[in-house]
Amino acid sequence: MKKHHISATINGDEVDFLCETSETLLDVLRDDLNLTGAKEGCGTGDCGACSVTLDGVLVCSCLVLGVEAEGKEIETIEGMADGDELHPLQRKFVEHIALQCGICTPGLLISARSLLEKNPDPTEEEVRFGLAGNLCRCTGYQNIIKAVMDAAQEMRGA
Amino acid sequence: MTEMRYEAPTTLDDAVALLADSKGSTTVLAGGTDVLVQIHMDLIEPDLIVDIKNIKELTAIKKEKGGYRFGAAVSGVELMDHEDFCQTWPGVMDGVKLIGSIQVKGRASVGGNVCNASPAADSVPALIAAGATATIVGPKGKREIPVEEIATGPGQTSLKDGELVVSFFLPNSPAGSGGAYQRFTPRTEMDIAVVGVGINLTLGDDGVCSAAKVALGAVAEKVLVVEEAAAALVGTQVDEAALDNLAAAASAACRPIDDKRGTKEYRIKVAGVLARRVALIALERAQGGQK
Ligand SMILES: Cc1cc2nc3c(=O)[nH]c(=O)nc-3n(C[C@H](O)[C@H](O)[C@H](O)COP(=O)(O)OP(=O)(O)OC[C@H]3O[C@@H](n4cnc5c(N)ncnc54)[C@H](O)[C@@H]3O)c2cc1C
Ligand code: FES
Ligand code: FES
Repeated sequence: MKKHHISATINGDEVDFLCETSETLLDVLRDDLNLTGAKEGCGTGDCGACSVTLDGVLVCSCLVLGVEAEGKEIETIEGMADGDELHPLQRKFVEHIALQCGICTPGLLISARSLLEKNPDPTEEEVRFGLAGNLCRCTGYQNIIKAVMDAAQEMRGA
Repeated sequence: MTEMRYEAPTTLDDAVALLADSKGSTTVLAGGTDVLVQIHMDLIEPDLIVDIKNIKELTAIKKEKGGYRFGAAVSGVELMDHEDFCQTWPGVMDGVKLIGSIQVKGRASVGGNVCNASPAADSVPALIAAGATATIVGPKGKREIPVEEIATGPGQTSLKDGELVVSFFLPNSPAGSGGAYQRFTPRTEMDIAVVGVGINLTLGDDGVCSAAKVALGAVAEKVLVVEEAAAALVGTQVDEAALDNLAAAASAACRPIDDKRGTKEYRIKVAGVLARRVALIALERAQGGQK
């Protein structure tokens, strides 16, 4: 089967990979590049566990083809911490125990970071709407919202 | 899955040539939020995928003489980030903003929403009420049709082989115009409309409604343009009596199905209630000088 040769930037690194048309970006990340942070909860855009950014835009990587990544900049959860230093959102998720099984967590963190980039001072309602594309079956969301609000405050330097 | 070919042409001519020449089944790919789900669920198995996002006519948003034009493949998020467009067309944006999550809108286009031809597609009643037209290209050249003439039934469109939608055009509306779209869903986000209503109306200097267009989603095999509902508003000050007539006309036009989201009776009732609410929002925007 003929494979496409794709060049993209992932978490700041130039990456080349081969993929078939039918492979999604999520398949490529997990199966070919061993970046298994993004999860497949549904494969149909409903759960957000596969959230990444593509040229800065938050997307479900299960709804993007690997071939569509040509020339694009992709950011995944693997690039969120700065070395050993956790991103404030990651730290606050730990502090507030905003996770149980953790399947939804990478997607939620990427979505929350994207939300705070656009809106550094969101209301609780804005956070809930902004994260509506990320499902969590464990926590009941309460601690996730607290963690995001708290991280937002810290990131604003307030 | 068998081998799928992928092409990402950069010109309209190349896209049309690919679509027209293809022997097997071909699928146009815009944001892919319907296409990838359909592939994942084995509902479609295209031999060729033609990605249209690298064609400039399909990805531009621009003001033209007489109105606004935006490419069929422009994503929801790009429209939401375009301040002037949002201010000019809040009713259309009511619809666009309801398409799935932020993630989905990061990819989902209005062209895909229209061409996927779901009767519940959220941007469609809003566009139709706003008087939007679509520019279509194909092997026989270009044509321009009202948006209501694209979908013909669930998943079915009037597009001919090799045709694709290039852009949508929203003609400037007169001063004193306003539009709105709302849908009814059990959940506030990430759900499919039980009923959707788009209304645009224009008020004269005397506050009397001089023109209106009403479009209903999810209550028939395609979005319905309800002339009787518009007629209920025209010539009135959009008062209680006019709103009652509007609601009755909207309910009367429905020919919905029963499904897990709602029964026929429920949809018919909700269509009237929602039409009344949407008319009031459109009225407020018309009075506020917004379109
Ligand atoms: C989780 C989730 C939630 C969703 N929620 C909603 C919702 O609330 N409301 C709603 O209305 N929709 C919803 N959708 C459906 C979908 O996101 C929309 O219909 C979207 O607008 C489709 O746009 P797209 O660019 O992704 O289309 P694509 O998937 O790329 O294409 C859709 C169809 O249109 C055809 N097509 C695309 N562009 C063109 C063109 N220019 N010319 C000719 N044919 C074309 C394609 O071949 C395909 O048949 C949801 C989808 C998901 C996955
Ligand atoms: S796996 Fe992509 S949204 Fe669920
Ligand atoms: S922690 Fe288990 S799904 Fe969210």
